[in-house]
Amino acid sequence: MTDQTTATPLLEFRGVNTHYGAVHILKDVDLAIYPGELVCLLGGNASGKSTTLKTLLGMVTPTTGEVVLDGEVVNDKPTSYRVERGVTMVPENRRLFKRLSVKENLQLGAYLRTDKDGIERDLERIYEMFPRVKERLNQKSGTLSGGEQQMVAVGRALMAKPRVLLMDEPSMGLAPALVQTNFELIQQIHEEGVAIFMVEQNANMALSIADRGWVLQTGRVVLDDSADALLANPDLRASYLGDGKR
Amino acid sequence: MRHKAAPRTGVDWFLLVLKVAMFSVIGFGLFAFVLQQIDPNNWLAQQINDDATGLTADQFEGLIISGVSQGAMYGLIALGYSMVYGVLGFINFAHGEVFMVGAMTGMITSNKLLEAGAWESNFIASLLFIVMVAVVVSTLTAVVMERVAYRPLRGSPRLIPLITSIGISFFIQNVSVVLLGPGAKAYPDLPDWWTETQTIGFLEVQRTRLLVVVVAAVAMGALWYLVERTKTGKAMRAVAEDKEIASLMGINVNRIIVTTFAVGGAMAGVAGILWGIMFRSVVHTTGFLPGIKAFSAAVVGGIGNLGGAMAGGLTLGTAESVAPLLILEPLGVRGVSQLRDAVAFSALILVLLVKPTGLFGERLSADDRA
Repeated sequence: MTDQTTATPLLEFRGVNTHYGAVHILKDVDLAIYPGELVCLLGGNASGKSTTLKTLLGMVTPTTGEVVLDGEVVNDKPTSYRVERGVTMVPENRRLFKRLSVKENLQLGAYLRTDKDGIERDLERIYEMFPRVKERLNQKSGTLSGGEQQMVAVGRALMAKPRVLLMDEPSMGLAPALVQTNFELIQQIHEEGVAIFMVEQNANMALSIADRGWVLQTGRVVLDDSADALLANPDLRASYLGDGKR
Repeated sequence: MRHKAAPRTGVDWFLLVLKVAMFSVIGFGLFAFVLQQIDPNNWLAQQINDDATGLTADQFEGLIISGVSQGAMYGLIALGYSMVYGVLGFINFAHGEVFMVGAMTGMITSNKLLEAGAWESNFIASLLFIVMVAVVVSTLTAVVMERVAYRPLRGSPRLIPLITSIGISFFIQNVSVVLLGPGAKAYPDLPDWWTETQTIGFLEVQRTRLLVVVVAAVAMGALWYLVERTKTGKAMRAVAEDKEIASLMGINVNRIIVTTFAVGGAMAGVAGILWGIMFRSVVHTTGFLPGIKAFSAAVVGGIGNLGGAMAGGLTLGTAESVAPLLILEPLGVRGVSQLRDAVAFSALILVLLVKPTGLFGERLSADDRA
């Protein structure tokens, strides 16, 4: 785990508020993601998880507060600016370009990169990581199974050479057997030095691999602690980790 | 999907009757045609079409060739409709006007070249030149149109840009009247060599038509390469499928949309020149009918599908050229050559009745098109 007292955060929220029309979504949210750590954001439906991700990526602009990337305020910078500097997302439900081939999906992940050799090398790396993806390179990605699509979605994000990977509900829509594999995959990527910011409903699973976590409730951060402490927290156990949920 | 469970409604019955009626007409017409080819004076012909003469092989060949060359132009225009629909999900009805602008530009440029004496002496270079100028002007027209009229409407319901496109269409037509007057204007005559026929194998083709088909094929090939083989093309397809995720890849969605309009405009510019070369007369309303036909072609081929746009163009062009004499004439319909447009749109209806997504269309589910 990174020493948080000395390192600068890679990506940070400072008192972020967002509105959708008149509706106040995020309320004074502070977050900090440090290089190389694995953190998760927990919260129920409509708690502002998706908005958090969209704001980190620049698809939503905060009404007040700052989004900081490498110490630079990037509130008015477009998504491409942030992608170029190493912020990438694996979207909820994977959202592959279904009519494009698997290979084209992977290549689009590297859209902003110009180092051809590096792109080839990373493609090879992804083929090694997912031999099944390699077998289906020229297939339309819409024809793949859910698990395979997840591999392509992760591969596509890795092609951007991320320093921080945002994952929106990575276990959503996956068969239970695949959820475990998926979390192992996330750990594997993390071990290669990529920081991971994971938004999950599956709190038990997420906290079991994360270093730290936040709990978001109606747009406000209500808990901010280490993963172990969160797992032990009785309030959280009641609301998210209880038997009622999955 | 409750396709099977849905009870048949009155509309379903109407469509069924329409389908049966259309296929009967086609079937009966073809039957009468075959009889007429065997013996122009057969019993059936005596009953319904007693001045039947049948078609000679040469005539038939001529119909096909004219259909294909006409269809190639429809296809080129159809690409613009299809591409914009693919990326933005609305029909840009002003696209026919972009084609007209291309044809007008070609008319002005070629007449200037004629005055300068280059048209006759160096036709090929002149042709390349007018294509280039027309492509530039059409591309600019399409790009300005997107910037001024459609971009401010991005995100509004699809009906709004659609209505806007009809407005732009009138606007461009009227600008043309103001600048160039309402009369029809002529392209200069082509050098004699081009209006003569060329024999390829067993086919005898007027060289102009050959030129049209070759130029259309080259333009199509270039477009295919752009869309399927380049990074920009990949981005275009990505934007067409999911703008949000495309921007997540770092793709500048606005720039890709502009590129789409530009490429569609360029194709329409090429088509405009080909139209001018073939029919040699342009007027401010020239864009209307070919525009609507090309739109139909795009729908016939499966809107959003580029190969389909070209195939739809060829299908429609061939159908409107061949069907009047192959199906309607043997049925004793008078003045069939006036019925090209009716035939073209009937072909559209027929295709939609049988395959609502068009020949090569994919089902657009809610999942695909959020």
